[in-house]
This record gives sequence, structure tokens and C-alpha cells, in this order.
Amino acid sequence: MNDPRTAAASVVDPEIRVITIDELGILRAVEKDPASGRVTVTITPTYTGCPAMDVIRADIRRALAVAGHPDAEVRTVYSPPWSTDWISDSGRAKLAAAGIAPPAPVPAAGVVPLTLAVRCPHCGSPETEQVSRFGSTACKALWRCRSCSEPFDHLKAL
Amino acid sequence: MNGPFDFTLALGDDALIAAQRLAEWTTRAPEMEEDIALANIALDQLGAARLLLSYAGELEGAGRDEDALAYLRDDRQFRNVLLVELPNGDFAVTMAKLFFLAAYQLPLYTALAGCRDERLAAIGAKARKESAYHLDHGALWVKRLGDGTEESHRRMQAAVDQIWPYTHELFAADPAAPVDPATLRSAFDETVDAVLAEATLTRPESRWAPAGGRTGVHTEHLAYLLAEMQVLHRAHPGAKW
Ligand SMILES: [Zn+2]
Repeated sequence: MNDPRTAAASVVDPEIRVITIDELGILRAVEKDPASGRVTVTITPTYTGCPAMDVIRADIRRALAVAGHPDAEVRTVYSPPWSTDWISDSGRAKLAAAGIAPPAPVPAAGVVPLTLAVRCPHCGSPETEQVSRFGSTACKALWRCRSCSEPFDHLKAL
Repeated sequence: MNGPFDFTLALGDDALIAAQRLAEWTTRAPEMEEDIALANIALDQLGAARLLLSYAGELEGAGRDEDALAYLRDDRQFRNVLLVELPNGDFAVTMAKLFFLAAYQLPLYTALAGCRDERLAAIGAKARKESAYHLDHGALWVKRLGDGTEESHRRMQAAVDQIWPYTHELFAADPAAPVDPATLRSAFDETVDAVLAEATLTRPESRWAPAGGRTGVHTEHLAYLLAEMQVLHRAHPGAKW
């Protein structure tokens, strides 16, 4: 039987498969009741409408069952709200390696400024432009590099 | 409105109906990026609607979940404002609706984040971050069209004129609610005035103020919207993909 925390943390995000839910910062807690053996996992969504949540819940239960914890419950909490600041350094490095520009630090309260320089994950150039603030998934925006002309995804600061 | 149930239901209905209208643009938006943007905003609204309606069902305590509230009520039982049920019109009308709704929802969710009800506070804290993006997107198009060509200016002004009267209903006073909508008016006005000025558009005079949505008296458009939204669930209760 393996550690339930390690098992839950190994689940990858179904929409960004290079990064685990732990690195993404949506895995909030893993607790095991010593008496009953029941594991309770707490997660939080990136966006309220994130359609990947059902898959993530199922993947967590499957990973725990494989690790020897068939009795598992996955709870979803909304407070405190997820922030891109919760993405770990290793997560950011993996995003960049997969061609997804990681988010900048979240500015203080108020409207998110959209003029921050985003570096091209392909060639490193800061000469980039936003094509659309809404991308292939709720958490991404579509950008384009003016130096190498490649389009790329950018995880929006939230 | 009366208690927290009515308040939560009303906000949930606003988000749900707004989501359904925005989703009508999917595969029909003027460009690919806009298609994706509107679908994303619809998804955010749907996410907020699910949280609010689920909580409303718990507050009611009659065993109704989010699906029962979304799919098994008739138009007279919906509590959304008229603004969100109005047809999409041309792209300018859709942007006017999106912009006015976001300029209201952002201060609303921000105030909700600080209210005493823990569940509503959590929903507000989550949804306000998304609303900031919606407001930014709507404002961008209002400016781009308003300060664009002669034709785009004409159509954006016509859209603002058409939708403006429906904004008053958003701020109907409800002192007993967790957040009194009347207190959001100044933040809304400030945002709207700044954006319209930059867009070289004129804010219409406030004469006519249609209302009734919060008490279930809707335009004829809502019943058609609900018929399409509810048909699958009513034909196949509990159907799953
Ligand atoms: Zn590049």
C-alpha cells in the first residue's frame, strides 16, 4: 500500500497532461482516517465552469484504488479561490517546456492588466502579442510570437 | 425578494440564462477567436450558475438540486433580470449585454466575497476573478466598435440605446438581501461612463425602466429559450452523456 498523498499527487491534469494536479495547485489536502482507512481528498477548480473536474475526481479515485485505498472521497472547495500563484516552480518549468507560457504573478486586487510581456516558450523572445484572451481551455489565452511567428498558449494569471 | 434563497436563486438564474444566450454564438461568432471567447465566458457563467443554484436548492431544503432548478421550472418561476433573456441581436447588442452585465456582476461578486454568508462569500471570491475578464472583453469591443468606423459606431450606439433601459432592473433596492443591489450602482456607473466616453458613445437618458424578471414576469423570449434548454432533460430525465 502506497502513501495516499503521493498517489493523489501523481494524477495529471486531463487538459494539460504535462503537469500534475499537485503542481497545478488544485490539490488542497489528502487525509486518511487511521481508524476506517478512508481517504478524503480536497480539490479546488481552476475556473468555476472547468469541465475537467469530473475526470479529475475519477482519476484521483482510480489512483488511490491502485495504491491500495479503495475507500476514497473527493471533496471540492471553492474558498480560498485558486490562483495561478499556486502553480509550483516545477509546474511552471514543465508548462514552459511543453510550449505553454506560464502565468505572471497575480497583481493586487482589481482588473487584471493584460499588457505584461509574455515570453515566447519556443524561442524566448519577449516580442509577443495576444491574439485572444480566451484559448483552448478556460485557463489559457492564445498568443503569437512576433520573432519566430509561432502561436502558443499562455496560462492566464488569475 | 425575501430571504437568502430568493437572492441566491435570482443570481443563479442571471448566470444560467446569460450562459445559455452566449452559447448560442458557438460556431456562429464573427471570427474563431471570438467564438472561443464567447464559449469560455458562457462556461464561466454556467459554472457560477451551478454553484448558486446548488446552494439555492440547499437553502430551500425541499430536495431540489441544480438540475431540478435549471430544467424543471417554467418561465414564471425564473427570477433572472430581463437583460439576460433578451435575444442576442447583432454582435453589438451581444457586446452591450455582456458589458453591462459584467459591469454589474464584478462589483456584485466583489461585495458578495465580503458578505457574512460563507458559501456566498466563497462563490463571490471565485466568480469575481472571472468577471474581471468578462468586463475587460466586453469593454474592449464596446470601445473598438464605438470608436471604429461610422457603421460600427452607429450600430454600437444603437445597441447601447436598446439595452440601457434594462440595466435599471439590476439595481432594484433589496435592503434585506446579503448584498443590496442598489449599493452597486455607483461602481457600475463609473465603469460605464468611462468606457462609453472612450468609445465616443453617449449614455442614453434614463426614462423607461422595464422590470419584472425578479418576480417572474418575463418577456416572451424566455419561454423559447427555456424550451430549447430544457427539452432534453424533460424528455429523458436524468440522462447522462
Ligand atoms: Zn518565438
